[in-house]
Amino acid sequence: MSRKLLLEKAHVEGIRNYDVYRREGGYSSVEKALKSMAPDQITDEVKKSGLRGRGGAGFPTGLKWSFLAKPAGVPRYLICNADESEPGTFKDRYLMEYIPHLLIEGLIVSSYALGSNRTYIYIRGEYAWIVGILEQAIAEAKANGWLGQNILGTGFNCEIYVHPGAGAYICGEETALIESLEGKRGNPRIKPPFPAVKGLWDCPTVVNNVETLAAVVPIINLGAEEYLKIGIGKSTGTKLISACGNINKPGVYEIEMNISVEEFVYSDEYCGGIAGGKKLKACIPGGSSVPILPANLLLKTAKGETRYMNYESLSDGGFATGSMMGSGGFIILDEDQCVVRHTYTLAHFYRHESCGQCSPCREGTGWMERILKNIEYGKGKMSDIDLLWDVQRKIEGNTICPLGDAAAWPVAAAIRHFRDEFEWHVLNPEECLKRNYGLAHYADPRTPAVA
Amino acid sequence: MAEEKKLFKVTIDNITIEVEPGTTILNAARMIGSQVAPPAMCYYSKLQGSGGKCRTCLVEVAAGSTADPRPMPKLVASCRTTVMDGMVVKNTTSEKVLDARAGVVEFLLINHPLDCPICDQAGECDLQDLSYAHGSESTRFEFQKRIFEKHDLGPYIQLHMTRCILCYRCVYVADQLTSKRVHGVLDRGERSEIATYIEKALDNDFIGNVIDVCPVGALTDKTFRFKNRVWFTKPVDAHRHCTKCCGRVRLWLRGNEVLRVTTRRDKWGEVESLPDGTPGWICNECRFEKKHVSSWEIDGPTRIDRHSVIAQGHYVDLEIPNDPLVKVMHGNKPRLLLDIHSVSEVNKPGIDLAALPGPPTSKVYDQGNDKKE
Repeated sequence: MSRKLLLEKAHVEGIRNYDVYRREGGYSSVEKALKSMAPDQITDEVKKSGLRGRGGAGFPTGLKWSFLAKPAGVPRYLICNADESEPGTFKDRYLMEYIPHLLIEGLIVSSYALGSNRTYIYIRGEYAWIVGILEQAIAEAKANGWLGQNILGTGFNCEIYVHPGAGAYICGEETALIESLEGKRGNPRIKPPFPAVKGLWDCPTVVNNVETLAAVVPIINLGAEEYLKIGIGKSTGTKLISACGNINKPGVYEIEMNISVEEFVYSDEYCGGIAGGKKLKACIPGGSSVPILPANLLLKTAKGETRYMNYESLSDGGFATGSMMGSGGFIILDEDQCVVRHTYTLAHFYRHESCGQCSPCREGTGWMERILKNIEYGKGKMSDIDLLWDVQRKIEGNTICPLGDAAAWPVAAAIRHFRDEFEWHVLNPEECLKRNYGLAHYADPRTPAVA
Repeated sequence: MAEEKKLFKVTIDNITIEVEPGTTILNAARMIGSQVAPPAMCYYSKLQGSGGKCRTCLVEVAAGSTADPRPMPKLVASCRTTVMDGMVVKNTTSEKVLDARAGVVEFLLINHPLDCPICDQAGECDLQDLSYAHGSESTRFEFQKRIFEKHDLGPYIQLHMTRCILCYRCVYVADQLTSKRVHGVLDRGERSEIATYIEKALDNDFIGNVIDVCPVGALTDKTFRFKNRVWFTKPVDAHRHCTKCCGRVRLWLRGNEVLRVTTRRDKWGEVESLPDGTPGWICNECRFEKKHVSSWEIDGPTRIDRHSVIAQGHYVDLEIPNDPLVKVMHGNKPRLLLDIHSVSEVNKPGIDLAALPGPPTSKVYDQGNDKKE
């Protein structure tokens, strides 16, 4: 049983309420941080802990905090990015829904460390019911003196506001989020300047994921030294993984980042194996934007080493034979799933969510979707596959924000690893409407009897 | 004595120039000359915040600065990236850049109607120039193009959204020149469009300038629509005393008839600055109401830049930009719109277009297919 830091108390009855949360030891990190630590000490502690951003990019959080410009007389802001819209990712929702006070606690400590007196939670519009949960938690925290003026007599003031978005995936990109928070159209800004210098209302701003900010609580409580011991190498601490797709036990799991992918997929503690006794075909290990991996590359790397559930191991082999940890949206496809269909679905999503600001993404996402639709419905040509490859290549890296890359990567990986399946669709236009391509050579490398 | 300002040395396509800190790569390149300046569809130096959207000005930064000579991992938008001391930039000398630029042009064109034969912008269209320089002769897009409903923007301006490339320039003009902005971008992604709130008319003294900043034919002058092709009109610079604006304009004449009035444009297709350095925007009265030569005092013929097909009219002061470019392009000559008759055989008589199964491409012209007469 791996160690739990974030969700340890998530199933205590009534943990959503302040009294229970406090009785279970909640808000102790705020006491510790505000009473015994200077803001810079907290940043150092987070830096030492090796905590990496849990939103997808995996950028070291302490380093990000240390980039924050601190000119005198200019307010600084902390924004919690709760705009979790990545298909396959639902870990933040779970955390906020079950144990909202943990996020509030992390936010207070982080706000203190960064000197943010007004902190925002930008939450996805579709999470409408969670807004109420968070606002109740904030009201309770305020009533008990954890928020407001002169918190714990330290002279530190902090208010937290919840701001629901309006249903745009792009507003999860930090500069688009800031624009949206300012009341404008959620178009990503052109960087530089980075938010750490010019963010919300042109003031220095830090934007962090929900899980990242919640992870500050155990770091302060345990100390960086202790936190560092969990996990492997540069992947320290625990990570929430939202597992879904064709598995027996979909759900949110907190893992130490030293378990193997094989254990995660097949052990009863986690996903519990592929549903219906079927075989594993492919997996997207980190949310829809990261490259898809066929079964033979998922459990073992190209070098034949065991692949583990952490940042380094999942990206081993680069994009040629690896993928990314991403936001932790672990999507499993079994032998009955069609990769072309799946790629088309994702392309449709990105076409719909492109903000339309820069040309490669605006035009390219729609083009890719149309080509994929043709191939999926048996109207494709062989040259379409190469065309698709060329279109994604021209989007990737040429856009303002990472949405262009996110749209291009799944298509590239699907063609890279499953080209035979695309070709089969082209060669068998009638059959592909009726049945699935199946497993071919990327079949589940496990022998069926292994428990 | 004031301390001398430190200048940044930047090398673009092997040509080194010293510029003030804070200059963007694009502006530094423009200082060198049109030979190395990346094309810009959305950037407009006189509009704050513009640029970065069209991605045609992408360049490769081969060395970040003297202090940190690492190359930048991605291509950067030169219009929004400021230079560092010792920066080495590759524009036309980089295969990567040319490839990416060709990609961007293709993206801009897949949903563009290509209705140049009936478009008023034809002949002075930035997208035409861009696709001529970087585009390919045929399309790989086999789907129906995007079509928008027409919006009515009042008595003077016609919005033709289908042609729009969403450069946002008109939004910035409305934002920065007029007091009440009523138009902006609606919807998102492929379906995003420039529109007004419930088809409101654009009504402001300076709103006519959106026509001039539009790089394509999405916003056109209703008083000029379908009157004439720009290459048949003769541009002259003129001025009048106007209480609202500078009154310095360009008249587009046919005989003695004023067909169109626009701002004066510089060699980058942007509105010319006045002697005091402010942009010479003009008001609606000068633009739409004063259509008689007697209202104006003529300053003289317009200096024609390379952007215009009217350069075919052999005007004085014509700048032909190809000498240094041949050197940096490894002996390849740049293809310019003003050379259209010598480069392309589009105007070659004797080709039976009716006999072709599909639209004519350069292959057809290369192979002949001459009329048998």
